[in-house]
Amino acid sequence: MELIILIISSVLVSNVVLVRFLGICPFLGVSKKTSNAVGMGLAAIFVVFFSSLLSYGLYYLVLAPLNLEYLALLSFILIIAAFVQFVEMFFKKFIPSLYKALGIYLPLITTNCVVLGVALENISNGFTFWEMLAYSAAVPAGFTLVLLLFSVIRERLDSLNKVPGPFKGTAIALITTALLALAFTAFAGLL
Amino acid sequence: MKKLNIIVDGIIKSNSTFVLLLGLCSILASSSTFSSAVGMGVAVILVLMTTNVIISLVRKITPNDIRIPVYIVIIAVVVSIIQMIMKAFTPELALTLGVYLPLIVVNCVIMARAEVYASKNNPFDSFLDALGIGLGYLFSIVALSLLREIIGTGALRFVDPFTNSELFNVRLFPFQYAIPLFAQNAGAFLMLGLMLAAINAIQAAITTRKAKKQAANSATKGGN
Repeated sequence: MELIILIISSVLVSNVVLVRFLGICPFLGVSKKTSNAVGMGLAAIFVVFFSSLLSYGLYYLVLAPLNLEYLALLSFILIIAAFVQFVEMFFKKFIPSLYKALGIYLPLITTNCVVLGVALENISNGFTFWEMLAYSAAVPAGFTLVLLLFSVIRERLDSLNKVPGPFKGTAIALITTALLALAFTAFAGLL
Repeated sequence: MKKLNIIVDGIIKSNSTFVLLLGLCSILASSSTFSSAVGMGVAVILVLMTTNVIISLVRKITPNDIRIPVYIVIIAVVVSIIQMIMKAFTPELALTLGVYLPLIVVNCVIMARAEVYASKNNPFDSFLDALGIGLGYLFSIVALSLLREIIGTGALRFVDPFTNSELFNVRLFPFQYAIPLFAQNAGAFLMLGLMLAAINAIQAAITTRKAKKQAANSATKGGN
């Protein structure tokens, strides 16, 4: 039951983009087309989940027993960068169809603060193993949900072409995000 | 004079927030109050100056193929150190900034300056560039936080991060006239969007005025 509450709260109530302000760069950058948004979202779910698993293991099996907790930030960013690189090579070699779909999004993911943010929060929130798994899947799922919603709105906005000059581009995108964030505050009553 | 230009360029021409749109996560997240905005801005300046100088110093011995991992390690080490210092001396501020403090590691502004500037220029110029870009970041986040806090609460307060005591708390207009939306999360997006639109409008006005002046100049020349 508590796991379900954790999942709902991290997907809807404290959404990673709208409430926690993580992953704004890919959110604004890859939301111009719905197909791109789907690719980015899937890549994010995959990378966040497995890099959280790796960093959680590293922290509790290696760093904590050796009293090296202060190396967490350094080792997490290295493990994430190495993991993304490895996944890219693995996909290219063995699953070329998936590489074609997700390939260009993978390098972008390293700069996505959701990945490092979730890895760090798994530790600072003191999650158990199952809570960590639920959280690491729910947060990027929330990211994908909002990215998808936003890309659909943005396709309409761009095709309408009625936006006043100074608001074109990022300005109207941010204001649309504000409205989306307002709509999402309604979910706060869920829990 | 040329050295001064490096700093001014960083603040205005290549302003990380309003021109390049880099590192918006921390800008949005830490701009809810004036105090946290100043804290975040100063932390980013410190990190940026240190990493730019170090990266510039090692630029000739860094193999080109692995320069990005080298930068990441340097930035992560510097951020870890700044985080420890802030946890020791300004514990309340470190708590307010929360996860956004270690996330300076993935702030694109830092990486962008390392790649674009520090890897090609000498340490002193890199230091000036970091100062300029950092001040530009500080101005942007402080401007956003001032607008958000004043419109959102009607008051402006500043907490000394070292002693955690209130330095000043000025009420500019009664709370019932404030728009609390701007102090909330959705207000961050809204205010940044409005500020970007305002800057676009000003830029457009300047370019049309310049074009008119040029047209007028050429017209008078043609008449002579």
